[in-house]
Amino acid sequence: MHDDLYPALRQCIIDGDPEQAKELCQRALAAGMAPLDAINEGLVPGLNHVGEQFAQGEMFLPDLVMAGEAMKVATAILEPAMQKAGARRETLGKVVLGTVKGDIHEIGKTLVGTMLSASGFEVHDLGVDVPFETFAVKARELNADIVGVSALLTTTMTGQKNVVEALEHHGLRPRVKIIVGGAPVTRGWAEEIGADGYGEDALAAVALAKALAGK
Amino acid sequence: MQPKLEILERELIERILGEAFTLIGEPGVKVQAQAAVDLLTTAGARVEKGIAHIPEALARRALASAPREFFLHNRGGEAVVRYGGDAVQFDPGSSCVHILDPATLQHRMTQAGDLVRLVQVAEMLPQYAAQSTAVVCNDVPKEIGDLYRLFVVLLHSNKPIVTGAFAAHTVPVMIDLLAADSGGRVALRRKPRAVFDVCPSPPLNWSDFAAQNLVDLARAGVPAEVVSVPLAGAAAPVTLAGTVVQHAAECIGGIVIHQLAQPGAPVVWGGAPAIFDMRSGITAMGAVETAMLNVACAQVGKHLGLPTHGYLTGSDAKVMDAQAGMESGVAALMGALGGINMISGAGMLDSLACHSPEKLVLDAETIAMAQRVLLGIRPRGESLALAMFAQTGLRGEFLKLPETRKLFRSEQHLPSSVIDRGSLHAWEQNGAKDMFARARERVVELLAAYQRPALAAEVESELKAIVGEQARRAGMEHLPGLGA
Repeated sequence: MHDDLYPALRQCIIDGDPEQAKELCQRALAAGMAPLDAINEGLVPGLNHVGEQFAQGEMFLPDLVMAGEAMKVATAILEPAMQKAGARRETLGKVVLGTVKGDIHEIGKTLVGTMLSASGFEVHDLGVDVPFETFAVKARELNADIVGVSALLTTTMTGQKNVVEALEHHGLRPRVKIIVGGAPVTRGWAEEIGADGYGEDALAAVALAKALAGK
Repeated sequence: MQPKLEILERELIERILGEAFTLIGEPGVKVQAQAAVDLLTTAGARVEKGIAHIPEALARRALASAPREFFLHNRGGEAVVRYGGDAVQFDPGSSCVHILDPATLQHRMTQAGDLVRLVQVAEMLPQYAAQSTAVVCNDVPKEIGDLYRLFVVLLHSNKPIVTGAFAAHTVPVMIDLLAADSGGRVALRRKPRAVFDVCPSPPLNWSDFAAQNLVDLARAGVPAEVVSVPLAGAAAPVTLAGTVVQHAAECIGGIVIHQLAQPGAPVVWGGAPAIFDMRSGITAMGAVETAMLNVACAQVGKHLGLPTHGYLTGSDAKVMDAQAGMESGVAALMGALGGINMISGAGMLDSLACHSPEKLVLDAETIAMAQRVLLGIRPRGESLALAMFAQTGLRGEFLKLPETRKLFRSEQHLPSSVIDRGSLHAWEQNGAKDMFARARERVVELLAAYQRPALAAEVESELKAIVGEQARRAGMEHLPGLGA
């Protein structure tokens, strides 16, 4: 009886349709589908498809964002049922994410956050204009595995270095990995400031985070 | 006539402004600087939870008190840049973090020495009416990065300067530097040499330091350029018309703060509107829609009678390839035809990240072409052709006519050695060099011919004293990039 629901769940992610995702997840629970099955057999294959299509240039950032939004709505419906059943979706790791002090651009950072949580990371988004020190304090408090620092401006990307230093100062390195991103950021810059990696786009950031988390 | 490109119908401009006036009222404009909040509140705007709701009447008063025209001056005090009307001028792009290494094609981090080279090349090219503080100097502490760039440009150029601050507290120091250069604050106010870019953050957010910059600049009488940067599809509506609305609302918000601080202070309806690339997520500076947005936003500013600015001539290409030339050429020409008073962005590659002296040289050719187009086609005598035919008839020996010798320099733009129009044979004999190779050679020639302007000894020592003090406080003993 779940045979037609899995493809529908997959499709609502591909279509980036939060309304449809909500309705289908409610229907899946009502039909007795295990929430983890809905995620792993329905939603995740949809997300993977979007990722593949994006990588091939067939889908674009708005498709990715809306798939992430649909995924967020879907997991919010399934989460309470999962807790009730004592099941847990395997967490790939904890990520503390934010845009560096002096910079209030959040599109890239939020997209990375959406894709990371859609992929199974526990994401704590600190927002924008985040003081260097706060990244370190939050990473310690939450026992984070990864800290992600975004900067869009050429004039604020130097702050990423300060975040690396703040984590070092707090003795969190090298245990806590640091990933950096943003329009002016390059692999060379990531290496220069002693970060652990740089992703070209939100999907590359997910792949990077998985690699750093050893998943 | 100066040929013109208009991209918006008059009725659409009215609709754009109508929606922009609505937006600054509701949802309103985020304003974070207390000084700006106080000015707005006193003037009758409702400010709640950091959001100003600006009434249209207040906005219209500010737009009316802003000057229609002002000039930037060179070191000699001549008014050489005109902000106003359909004057069109170009300056290099600002705040890059990389420079294209012409030998290795690596994009490496920029240092003060790179800024010096860029300033020297731009100083030698008459196509650049103004200099810009072109790069972030990575060998200078961040706290003084903005004022240090201005210092380097002041030491190496006589031209007007398009600059900007990275914080609130550095603006007074930068104004001190300009005042030292101009012979005091009164002289600076009378004959400003620099304009400061001040950017709202999209959408509709005047951050603490940006709003404070507007207030400080207005009070010092130093021109401010409101550079609204809506990113269509990401930080602004995906429709070009919607993005022009947001640009207008952001500019109006800034001009209100600025004019409330000092009515009549010089201010520019500027911007770097661009589309968001839906594949890579970059700001697509070379996209034709970005050029359309710049022309459209300037058209709205012109409709209001304000001086205008745009951000074109950059490219998203990574090296000096055909994409770089094509994108920059199309955009520069569109911007020029749009009658934008100051067009920033020349020399830039990789969206907004990388600068290149070689590209400045190539872009100078593009700009010269655009400037030639603006001169248009006009009669040069009593007859258009009859007088010349009367002399040479059907022999067709126009090359022998005195008119030809007299007029060819004004009829034709004569390109530099960067543009190759010779025969195939001549090109081969000359080493079969492509454009990049020719541009590299021209950069070497220009740098060899460059001479640092003679600053009065007391001016130079005052500049060095101001920056030296700031540098020491920031923990920097040596001042990089000063050269010989």
